[in-house]
Amino acid sequence: MSNTVWIILACAAVTYLTRCGGHLIISQFGEIHHRLRAALAAVPTAVLTALVAPSFLTHGLAEGLAISAAALIALRFSIIISTFASLIILVGLRTIIG
Amino acid sequence: MTASKVGAAGKSDWLQGFTDALPILIAIIPFGALFGAVAVKSGLDIPTAVFASASIYAGASQFVMLDLLGQQVPVWSIILAVFAVNFRHVLYSASLSQHLERFSPMQKALSFFFLVDPQFATGEARAEKDKLTPAYYFGYAAPLYSTWIFVSWMGALFGGLIEDPAVYGIDFILPLYFMGLVMGFRQRRFFWPILGVSATVSMIAYFTLGNPWHIAAGGIAGMLLGAAMSKPPEAE
Repeated sequence: MSNTVWIILACAAVTYLTRCGGHLIISQFGEIHHRLRAALAAVPTAVLTALVAPSFLTHGLAEGLAISAAALIALRFSIIISTFASLIILVGLRTIIG
Repeated sequence: MTASKVGAAGKSDWLQGFTDALPILIAIIPFGALFGAVAVKSGLDIPTAVFASASIYAGASQFVMLDLLGQQVPVWSIILAVFAVNFRHVLYSASLSQHLERFSPMQKALSFFFLVDPQFATGEARAEKDKLTPAYYFGYAAPLYSTWIFVSWMGALFGGLIEDPAVYGIDFILPLYFMGLVMGFRQRRFFWPILGVSATVSMIAYFTLGNPWHIAAGGIAGMLLGAAMSKPPEAE
């Protein structure tokens, strides 16, 4: 368990690094090149997509459909509604198609 | 009036920040509770789960960490994934640093610790129509941070009561949550191309290179695409 605590501390450290990083970069270099800015802006979309993409295929049909439902619901509703609605859909699909 | 304005403004700024945070609490309570519950289900004990919320204080990346802790991947890949998911904060702090002239060096250092998404949004909004003061900033941060820790703890307490996570689909809640998070970025430039390329590259990497390389591969592919499609500001 203490191993987990160290991992958490490292995660906290890199998180803080991102939160003061922009300030440090700006105070050192001034402006950021537009391509670098675009690459940075792409990071959350790209990384979270990459994280979730395999679970679309590696689980069952119910899971794949539930992820699609989560994406569609999130187009209209908040993230918390999307998460719980797609969760209910998943539970329903699992009882139907197993 | 003018003589007492500084002190009075300081106090009302604190209160204003506090009241501005209240609606946001409703949004973060379910997530904090969910984090605590999923953390306990992932094998963390209750103090460790609360410690994660108190030290990292970045919702999405905390879920990413839990997800990867359960996958037997190397430690460096967990830390790298958390770093990547939180990378947007670099942009936040770059932008916010222009509004921190009233903050002492210590206050600046502390302010970056609390720089979560709603904190950034409110900081920018405040700076837009008024001067951003430490009182306002920390008045907003205090209820947000303490609520996050408290509901994580509550979630961890009650999450332990859930016997079989699969019955409620809780074993699969993280991908569903991540999918919703991704859609939240759809107003950004090049969202759909980045989504398509990152998803494709990630799946290919997952089945060829294996876990956890799909995260880095898909992430870097999306970043490169964003950089390649970007145009100089004057051309827009």
